[in-house]
Amino acid sequence: MSTTLDPPSAAFDLDRPWDLHPRVSLRREPFGALVYHFDTRRLSFLKSLDLLAVVESLGASPTAGEACRAAGIDDERLPAYRHALGTLAASGMICERRPR
Amino acid sequence: MSTPLAEGLHARPAPGPDRAPLRLVDQFQLGLDAPICLTWELTYACNLACVHCLSSSGRRDPRELTTAECRSLIDEFERMQVFYVNIGGGEPTVRADFWDLVEYATGHHVGVKFSTNGSRLTPDVAALLARNPSVDVQISLDGATADVNDAVRGSGSFSTAVTAMERLAAAGFAGFKLSVVVTRHNISQLDEFAAIAARYSAQLRLTRLRPSGRGADVWDELHPTADQQRRLYDWLVARGESVLTGDSFFHLAGYGDPLPGLNLCGAGRVVCLVDPVGDVYACPFAIHDEFLAGNVRSPGGFAAVWKDSDRFATLRAPDTGGACRSCGLYDACRGGCMAAKFFTGLPLDGPDPECVLGHGEAALGIRDAGGRAGVPAPSQDHSRRSRADHTALGAGPGRTPSRTVEQVPVALVPRRPDRACDESPLAGLRTTHGPR
Repeated sequence: MSTTLDPPSAAFDLDRPWDLHPRVSLRREPFGALVYHFDTRRLSFLKSLDLLAVVESLGASPTAGEACRAAGIDDERLPAYRHALGTLAASGMICERRPR
Repeated sequence: MSTPLAEGLHARPAPGPDRAPLRLVDQFQLGLDAPICLTWELTYACNLACVHCLSSSGRRDPRELTTAECRSLIDEFERMQVFYVNIGGGEPTVRADFWDLVEYATGHHVGVKFSTNGSRLTPDVAALLARNPSVDVQISLDGATADVNDAVRGSGSFSTAVTAMERLAAAGFAGFKLSVVVTRHNISQLDEFAAIAARYSAQLRLTRLRPSGRGADVWDELHPTADQQRRLYDWLVARGESVLTGDSFFHLAGYGDPLPGLNLCGAGRVVCLVDPVGDVYACPFAIHDEFLAGNVRSPGGFAAVWKDSDRFATLRAPDTGGACRSCGLYDACRGGCMAAKFFTGLPLDGPDPECVLGHGEAALGIRDAGGRAGVPAPSQDHSRRSRADHTALGAGPGRTPSRTVEQVPVALVPRRPDRACDESPLAGLRTTHGPR
């Protein structure tokens, strides 16, 4: 129930496969995207087009780290994106994909 | 738990150099291509007759959208990715097709939150609702005791709402909303409301009394005093995110820290209202020709109204702030609520009638000295023709009869429920900000 504390981004595993939760909708916007979870009825914002690109490529990438690289995120920016993905994971917007 | 919408909006930059040039709140101010969510009043029919009903409901309107029209409107919401609708009325559950429409919407990627007085919430319905995660329910209650509640919502409405809450809790529907319009008479019961919500595993939501619809008739007598507003603010700050407000108290932000929420008027920008006959208004509190943008039955449907309406274009233009611009608190309250100003006859670019600095009160004084010129006449009224219940309601605890109501000595007719949506359609959205 943390509200101001950072979500457990340290726990977010960039080396695992991730995907958008099947009950989540993504709506593109000029600033990035709106994300809505139909089960938790929560709304989130993806506040950059790069983050949108990362999230959109999660499902087709073997790992979240690969999705970041595919979206052009370099090592310097990676921690911020790891944190962002951790936030989305903590709220159930994205979930770990079963290995195929 | 996630941060509320507002926190996600306050200057948490997106990662990387590609961050949006505008803050999200500024993007929202300029309007989005589709609403994030909207309020949909399904019917003007209601089995209650609440004195403060925002939509002056009571009688069904013969022009109300048919089931087929409702379905195609839902299809349109789905295409536009309107994530969810706040359904109200009137009492929406009196429509025979209500439960079917809820199923249809949630089966088409349109989530539903609906407001009800609880009168149709049978144990079977409660069980059905508890099984559908895309549905949220909001039970309206305006007093923590029967005497305070029933004075506003009508005789027996307290026990009806309590029964509905018992049924939802028994069905295992945790986290439904207990929705309270804060008035001068129930504001001393905030802790009791919180206790009631806790008893049924519900979440308390407090919203602001608006002078809209029949609310215009009773606002002078029912809206909280300045002292009460201050205590309300402190209470809300102490409760933090555990109590929802539908963002409806952003005019109080001038007291100090902003309350959780968007702290932005989303009317015509990120939210709107569709009324039972398909008219589209800027927000749930603005059912008046002045804020009418168009009708969903016109060519192009809802999407064309949202995108092309001149009225909405005006709302999306950068606002000047008018008389409030020089105030040091303008950035906090943004001049308050447009509808509250309009229906009390105050200029839209002036202070909110409940401005924390008292500028609204002063403006109301000037208005009254001028014979209340500028107070708009309602442009629709679906109240039942007998308004006798107002008289009876006037006899409630600490109440005086409304000035505009005929004093017809008749027994209390249960007055309409408040509309389902006494709050911003964005109310209750729990948000997580993405990147920081």
